[in-house]
Amino acid sequence: MIQAAVETRGLTRRFGALAAVRGLDLRIETGEVFGLLGPNGSGKTTTIRMLCGLLEPSEGTALVAGIDVAVAPEQIKQRIGYMSQRFGLYEDLTVAENLDFYAGVYGLSGAARTERLADVIAFIGLSGRLGQLAAQLSGGWKQRLALGCALLHRPAVLFLDEPTAGVDPAARRNFWRAIHDLARQATTVIITTHYMDEAERCGRLAMMSFGRLIALGTPGEVAAQVGGRTLEDAFVILQERDER
Amino acid sequence: MMPRFWPMFRKEFIQMRRDRLTLGIMVGIPVVQLLLFGFAIQTDVRNLPTVVLDESRTPASRDLIAAFQNTGNFRIVAHVDGRRALDRAIARGDAQAGIVVPSDYARRLGRGTTATVQVIVDAADPLASQAAINAAAGVAQMRNLLILSRAAGRADVPLEARVRPRYNPGLRSPNYIVPGLVGVILTITMVLVTSMAIVRERERGTLEQLIVTPVTKTELMLGKITPYVGVGLIQMSTVLLLGRFVFDVPLTGNVLLLYGIALIFVVASLSFGLFISTLVRTQQQAMQLSFFFVLPNILLSGFMFPRQAMPVLFQWVGLLLPLTHFLKVLRGILLKGVGLEALWREVVILTGFAVVMIAASVRRFHKTLD
Repeated sequence: MIQAAVETRGLTRRFGALAAVRGLDLRIETGEVFGLLGPNGSGKTTTIRMLCGLLEPSEGTALVAGIDVAVAPEQIKQRIGYMSQRFGLYEDLTVAENLDFYAGVYGLSGAARTERLADVIAFIGLSGRLGQLAAQLSGGWKQRLALGCALLHRPAVLFLDEPTAGVDPAARRNFWRAIHDLARQATTVIITTHYMDEAERCGRLAMMSFGRLIALGTPGEVAAQVGGRTLEDAFVILQERDER
Repeated sequence: MMPRFWPMFRKEFIQMRRDRLTLGIMVGIPVVQLLLFGFAIQTDVRNLPTVVLDESRTPASRDLIAAFQNTGNFRIVAHVDGRRALDRAIARGDAQAGIVVPSDYARRLGRGTTATVQVIVDAADPLASQAAINAAAGVAQMRNLLILSRAAGRADVPLEARVRPRYNPGLRSPNYIVPGLVGVILTITMVLVTSMAIVRERERGTLEQLIVTPVTKTELMLGKITPYVGVGLIQMSTVLLLGRFVFDVPLTGNVLLLYGIALIFVVASLSFGLFISTLVRTQQQAMQLSFFFVLPNILLSGFMFPRQAMPVLFQWVGLLLPLTHFLKVLRGILLKGVGLEALWREVVILTGFAVVMIAASVRRFHKTLD
């Protein structure tokens, strides 16, 4: 059996009495574009944070790129890229300085570093804005810069937590084009989103509610499992059920 | 070794350079503080405003009053003609001392019985009144000696204590304050700046992105504090140069040695700040906790108040502050001109502070969000 990009068994995280994620079983294959879908508070962000080693699981196991997050969280960090919901780069540094800093922190050096920086800058299309402070970039450009910084070390698995929140439609389309490019180069992409049109672009989806996995499969399969004709139907059904 | 230290260092350095306001404050604080402390704060109280009630009105009483004035401690602001006016002047704060020469002063002096002079001091401010009390006692003593020696037919007094105030012969306040100020300024700015270091990243949301990278805790911590070592040494140079050329504070000993030990002290102060940074969740808390730490440094280190006068418990508390030890180094090198042979214990203690606090910070900091 080939190694999965991510494999979790009974993954659980509690904050005090509240269980944010309960008994999650997932297997995500290498090169998938995998979506985590669900209303606010359903446990998507907590799941991603556990997989990145930012939060310790309360129970269960999670293997990322074959490494157990609870055992060796630091080893995982060289193999994953992560983009948080909130812009996490330094606004008082320029585009080039941010990229340069993350290249250094990910241990790139010499000719490999120069080459990789040039590649990534071309990929995210920021060559005209290298000298600008990150604070002056629009939402769409900030998101591209964050993606670039998360890609510098060629991560095997890329985690994107609501990357397109507050980004205009044209920039979102470009962003998704980039994500499918990455998947074609065998990067596994795990993405959380609110937007139905984005969920439709994922190869497979996991739908979460109250910390539980309630549906898993292609967008069509997930819709059917929840009992809606389209994914949007399914999402509305779910949200109404949650609110009751 | 520590390959990610340099990127961290470079990033912090660029951010520090770009934050003009903070940088300006860090360079401006030493100058303002030095001028404030150097000019305004004088511990030797002179020219205490004084009212005089001379009921004797004789050459002898005027002679006595002149003797008081000549000490430099009393500045006569008014002559009053009644006890009530004198009391009122002191009560209202127009004067802080009053000299009362009774009507029988000259008569008693001439007869050889004890002549009295009354000196009233406003002791609501003990520090100010102490100097006046000492001066008044001194005036009486000198006059006594003079009169007694004359009566005994001697040209000179029988005993004289020759006190040599070594290391600060003029007993100048700046010589005492300025070296201490180097340590106080370093403590304030170094602790305050680094106490913000990690919480700022947490508040701005940049910490989350940073801790999903392979950067180690030690690389992160050291990279964060190192740029400020340079700032600390610049601050110290500013104070020393201004102290030398504006306040005439001597640089007696080996300045290179002073910089070497200062480097250790700066790192120790920075690591205290770093530790505070790992305890708090917001920048505001960091600020409050820093002040909570800085205040005992000013009060208990011996910067302004002599440690010998403190209860033993507080002397012990003072020993837990790096500034207490660094003050010994500063005064030792700048005023006494002593070297490592006299200061090695302080060096060991300061190094210990730095190592323990950095280790404690690394231990307390977790690369997780909870």
